[in-house]
Amino acid sequence: MKLILLLFALIATPLAAQTALPPAPYADRQLADPALERKAKALMETIRCLTCQSQSIADSNASMAGDMRSQIRERIMAGEQPESIRAWLIARYGDWVSYEPTAAPILWPLWAAPLVLLGLGVLLLRGRIKRKARP
Amino acid sequence: MRKLLIWLPLALFLAFIGLFTSGLFQPDDRIIHSRLVGQPLPAFTLPAAASDRPPLASSQLAAGQPRLLNIFASWCVPCIAEAPQLEALKAAGAQIDAIAIRDARPDVDAFLKRNGNPYARIGLDARSEVQIALGSSGVPETFVIDGKGRIAYQHIGEIRADDVPMILDRLRAAQ
Repeated sequence: MKLILLLFALIATPLAAQTALPPAPYADRQLADPALERKAKALMETIRCLTCQSQSIADSNASMAGDMRSQIRERIMAGEQPESIRAWLIARYGDWVSYEPTAAPILWPLWAAPLVLLGLGVLLLRGRIKRKARP
Repeated sequence: MRKLLIWLPLALFLAFIGLFTSGLFQPDDRIIHSRLVGQPLPAFTLPAAASDRPPLASSQLAAGQPRLLNIFASWCVPCIAEAPQLEALKAAGAQIDAIAIRDARPDVDAFLKRNGNPYARIGLDARSEVQIALGSSGVPETFVIDGKGRIAYQHIGEIRADDVPMILDRLRAAQ
């Protein structure tokens, strides 16, 4: 009985999978070289999925995200640098596609915020120290 | 100075409220337009996606006359809704080529048999490679390609009946 069930399971899977195209070769398969895979993974975690807009392509199950993962792994394997792949994607989809903030003027306040906050903190601290020194 | 500082938190609070309210009234645009509009089509060569149509290469889209490049898929439901509009465009003289995304030839054949086939050539992009190279983020999309192979316009989503005259105007403008 168990054998028959197993047989059915084996037959049923390919039939069910017939209409859906298999995922691209490297969509869910890691690269053989761990160093390259680490590079590819780091890039994939900062590329936004186009069909499910609040996920990175590393987290998404969308078929297009799978195709993008495979393309990124293959290009890294072929020796391309992650930042050049990111630039290639930004040239097509805009800054929007990357989670990594760029140095565009619109983001200057974001980069300046830590310095401004630090400055404010120093001012506040100086005021308090002065007050304590003068009892 | 000190007296003014007391009002700073309230001022900040009101500024944030203002920011959030203005955000509420801004239209929510989540459409990702391709940055390649106005630029040459990336080079590609694709195998045939249908049994009775030739394959598609980017060089064939730079043949002097503006053409439409439709991105579709047999598994895409809005593409069915779009089919009559593509027929209308073809009847109005538009030359339409297509790329089928993540598809297989028997599925494309069945889709075209059911919904009509307005395409001159159909390329098969089984792994979305050309779609990503085009800066396209879904199906269906339609690009107007001018005679020199430059992307003149990108229409995102299905072409509705009232979009047809606009698409024809874009084709004429790309002459």
